Amino acid sequence: MKLPRSWLKDYIALPETLSLDDLVAAFIKIGFEVESVKNVGDEISGPIKIGRVISIEELEGLKKPIRYVTLDIGESDLVSVICGARNFQEGDLVVVALPGAVLPGNFNISARETYGRKSNGMICSARELAMGEDHSGIIVLTQGVEGADALNALGLDDPIIEIAVNPDRGYAMSVRGAARELAMALDLEFKDFSRFEILSELEKKKVSGEVRKVEISDPSGASAIYLRTLTDIDPHAATPLWIRNRLLQAGMRSISLPVDITNYIMLDMGQPLHAFDSDKVTGVLRVTRSSTFQEIKTLDGELRKLGESDLLIADDLKPLALAGTMGGSESEVSGETKNILLEAASFDSTAIAGNSRSHRLSSEASRRFERGVDPDLAEVASAQAALFLIEYSGAKYLGFSSQQHPLPAVQLSFSPRKISQVLGTQFSDAEIERALTAIGGEVVPGSEEWVFVAPSWRRDITHVADLSEEVGRYYGYERIPSILPVVKFSPSLPPGPSRLQKRRKSISLLLAHRGLIEVQSYPFINQEQLDSMGFTGDRAKTFRLANPMSDQYPLLRTHLIPGLLSTVTRNLTRGKKSIAIFETGAVFRNLSATVPAVEIAADRRPSPSEIKKIYESVPHQPLHVAGVLAGEFDIAGWWGGGRGADWLDAISIANEIIESTGHRSVRSNVDLAPWHPGRCAEFSIDGRVVAHAGEIHPRIITAFNLPERTSAFTVIVDAIPFAHPVVANAINTMPAAIQDISLYLPSNISASSVEEALREGAGPLLEEVALFDRYQKEGEDWISLAFTLIFRDPERTLTAEEVSRLRSNAGEIVAQKFGAVIRQ
Amino acid sequence: MVGEVEEIVNKALEAISASPSLEALRAVKIAHLSDRSPIARANQGLAQLPADSRAALGKVIGAARAKINLRYVERERELEEKRDLDIIIKERVDVSLPVNRFNQGALHPLTILSHEISELFTSLGYSVQEGPELESSWLNFDALNMPENHPARSMQDTFFIEPISSGLVLRTHTSPVQIRTMLQNEPPLYVICPGRTYRADELDATHTPVFNQVEGLVIDREINMSHLKGTLDLFAAAMFGSDVTTRIRPSFFPFTEPSAEVDFFYNGRWVEWGGCGMVHPKVLQACGIDSQEFSGFAFGMGLERTLMVRHGIRDMHDIVEGDVRFSKQFGVGNL
Repeated sequence: MKLPRSWLKDYIALPETLSLDDLVAAFIKIGFEVESVKNVGDEISGPIKIGRVISIEELEGLKKPIRYVTLDIGESDLVSVICGARNFQEGDLVVVALPGAVLPGNFNISARETYGRKSNGMICSARELAMGEDHSGIIVLTQGVEGADALNALGLDDPIIEIAVNPDRGYAMSVRGAARELAMALDLEFKDFSRFEILSELEKKKVSGEVRKVEISDPSGASAIYLRTLTDIDPHAATPLWIRNRLLQAGMRSISLPVDITNYIMLDMGQPLHAFDSDKVTGVLRVTRSSTFQEIKTLDGELRKLGESDLLIADDLKPLALAGTMGGSESEVSGETKNILLEAASFDSTAIAGNSRSHRLSSEASRRFERGVDPDLAEVASAQAALFLIEYSGAKYLGFSSQQHPLPAVQLSFSPRKISQVLGTQFSDAEIERALTAIGGEVVPGSEEWVFVAPSWRRDITHVADLSEEVGRYYGYERIPSILPVVKFSPSLPPGPSRLQKRRKSISLLLAHRGLIEVQSYPFINQEQLDSMGFTGDRAKTFRLANPMSDQYPLLRTHLIPGLLSTVTRNLTRGKKSIAIFETGAVFRNLSATVPAVEIAADRRPSPSEIKKIYESVPHQPLHVAGVLAGEFDIAGWWGGGRGADWLDAISIANEIIESTGHRSVRSNVDLAPWHPGRCAEFSIDGRVVAHAGEIHPRIITAFNLPERTSAFTVIVDAIPFAHPVVANAINTMPAAIQDISLYLPSNISASSVEEALREGAGPLLEEVALFDRYQKEGEDWISLAFTLIFRDPERTLTAEEVSRLRSNAGEIVAQKFGAVIRQ
Repeated sequence: MVGEVEEIVNKALEAISASPSLEALRAVKIAHLSDRSPIARANQGLAQLPADSRAALGKVIGAARAKINLRYVERERELEEKRDLDIIIKERVDVSLPVNRFNQGALHPLTILSHEISELFTSLGYSVQEGPELESSWLNFDALNMPENHPARSMQDTFFIEPISSGLVLRTHTSPVQIRTMLQNEPPLYVICPGRTYRADELDATHTPVFNQVEGLVIDREINMSHLKGTLDLFAAAMFGSDVTTRIRPSFFPFTEPSAEVDFFYNGRWVEWGGCGMVHPKVLQACGIDSQEFSGFAFGMGLERTLMVRHGIRDMHDIVEGDVRFSKQFGVGNL
């Protein structure tokens, strides 16, 4: 909401001692964010005058039409300037910036040769004077004197404060409403208009004639409507300069006198109005739902299909407007309109929000109605608009028709003590009464419970919490002290991070210390990405956004690797040769049809079955950590060559993550996208899959142009169970007996199963087993594996014979199970 | 005879001192301390002497021998030290050589910041709660006093899952975690809820459709707005330094009343930090908490904004694009 200081002065006598900064601070204190403070006049200097167009010479033979304009600027000599605009004629008053003038944006005006003529200045558009965005033509004034200072005439030396109005403060979406708040903040008197004077003055001007009838067919849509009938309007009547200037200051363009007046009243008083061309309306005008109407063409040129819940203004035959949102073009006021119906209503905010949402149409009017317009305004605002039409267009006023279903006043009882309690600040009864009166309410004090009657424009106040905010902002939140609460524990909520949060943090640190860099990618992907990974089954089932940011990424990720590969590619194209990155985050898989939990009331705690339903409507979103290793893992340098990352690194890291959680996992080969079918490990704990790691599929490496042997891992962080506390083994100090064993066996036997068998055969005295050599002759399908076995007895030193026997026991089992040959 | 011994000693000492190396010293040892050395021979000569002068001279020879031996040991140590020093000098390296043999890892600064905030609040006794990003609209909106026709539920702000009748949205704040916490636990509640959130804003220098929030929720008896202020002051001091100034000013959120925005004064200007307020009685009601007995406050901050201000990050693209050069600057934070 843009608020020119001069306009605020209509409602408050602002003392000269108050600076702009004071006004800004006052708005912030009571809850209005100040978005900008701008004084166009500060950016303009030098001679800018009103000039009258004496003659126009159309220059021929140029690419675009150019005029050479001679102007009377109130001096003995005329001045001539070049101008590209065409929206003016001889005799018009225009704004001329003369040589030496500086316009906003540090735009210096000087005399210059152009198009073969001498141009002694420039005729200005609204945009050139930073008065608005309008650059479709130059400013044409309706009144003024040649040679007068144009800044004064345009009211440009006037700071404009733009405030943001929160949804609960719709009443401040007008100069009057904002001024009332400002007066409250500054403790100054608010000078309201006189409702009585406006209504009686209009009544005096009434002439007899037939008045158009209005009615509210659907009382859920409006609590009041007024329709004023005006005739004999001069279609050529111009909007007075002061209204045009104020519209410009507020960021609105002048359109025509009737539209300008309705816009002006809306900005000034906060009541949206609509003017219909009376000759295009048949019969009675009604507020109704659109049960019989199919479509309407609105003023923005859109043909809109109507739904049953749309609230309309209609006549006997057709819809005239989307109520409170936008008028229809059929009954629009045009350049020929002579007779006007001025409509002002108090529409239901929910109904207008519905109109706006179902047609994706937000207008100045709908934004106000959605936030609530004072229901007492319709009568007086439409009266003031009628008075302007009479004054500026010579209209005749025939009277009005209206219907009202007045809403009961908002009233609530409260304890003033509670307000001090909520704010944590002691306010006296007198202070509370003063604050609540200052916002326009009525307070009826009692012994314990008081009664508050809200002003007509504050239907948002429904609870003592609202009153607390009003008292708080009246005195300023700075009065509230700063005190740390003493934390108390909930029996069911132990303090500190959860086990999963701790695990997640330690995994992140482990990976960072292993040399991986963490990234966070958007979880949006597309079908091509899923397909390029070769995902099938669960990892191909995802959720689609109804309204994605871009049609390029309409799906949610089912896996972290696709996003990481894109990030790797981005880094490679930016010049990196090698990269090791990881990411932790949720993935989304659309596995079972969930039952939507909608239409559950929120005015009470849901029942246990409703809570269950709500929780079950949300799919489980597993927490993954994944990493990609591309290029050198140990870096080449002056010390020699590097070492490229490969499947072994990826599997080692995944294994390290799992072991850091206190678990051992079983690993086996799987063929799973996006990995190399022969180089992917699946990790499981107690039969539950917890991780995959290995080399990325060569096809993907080629497609993404990745370094060869790029490898990756994914660990399902929340699938790993939480380990029981460690039961510590006593440290055995007896001497260890070390034995090596060399086995020759078919190469399709996995090393881990051989190791398992060795443990089984060696028995409990085996402390450690480690593979130290692996050899396969080219072309052979048998393999040599050599293990070191470490035996230790807790009580005594093992004899050579005992150890040798344990070793052969171990070998025996491998021989039995896998047909291995034990090499001596 | 005594004079001869003295001569032997002098010669031996001279030879030992003159040995330039350990090898030379070994030869000197053979010449002056072995069984056939002059001193040994002098000792052997004792046998021919009469018994009465034997003892006295024996003492002299013994002392002479000890003297030579001592000098030998001393010299040996000197020469060993010299040898070791030569090797060490020869083995010297240039320690300023590049040593980046291993990839250097790092955490994303948002992770670091989130850890920092969790540690601050858990040290006060808060619990850290998390919840799903794909969330029920009842928990994201309805329970937070944002009924069906609330403007914040529009398609411009919220990502909806297809079909819209699924009632699923990408959560627009971490407040549904507050609701889950209140539904599942009895007050008193002191929790923070960090996590990823979504709003349909185009990515530009200051906006991102995917961002991170941390929210705080306190529900207890006699909680009032001064407690909110105290907690925010502590939080701001931990983030921006103990000399930071904060202010709260009236604002609006459907789920708090009174509501406020919290700003902090940084580098000569007020910076908007987040929203806060006293939990709206309707929200307590939706969670079955008696608003006569309990009251509470809540606040919510964007981690990206906090990070950008604190670390002078000018462009959101740096935070979201995953360029490793960005994260690397932050290491793993001060943990």
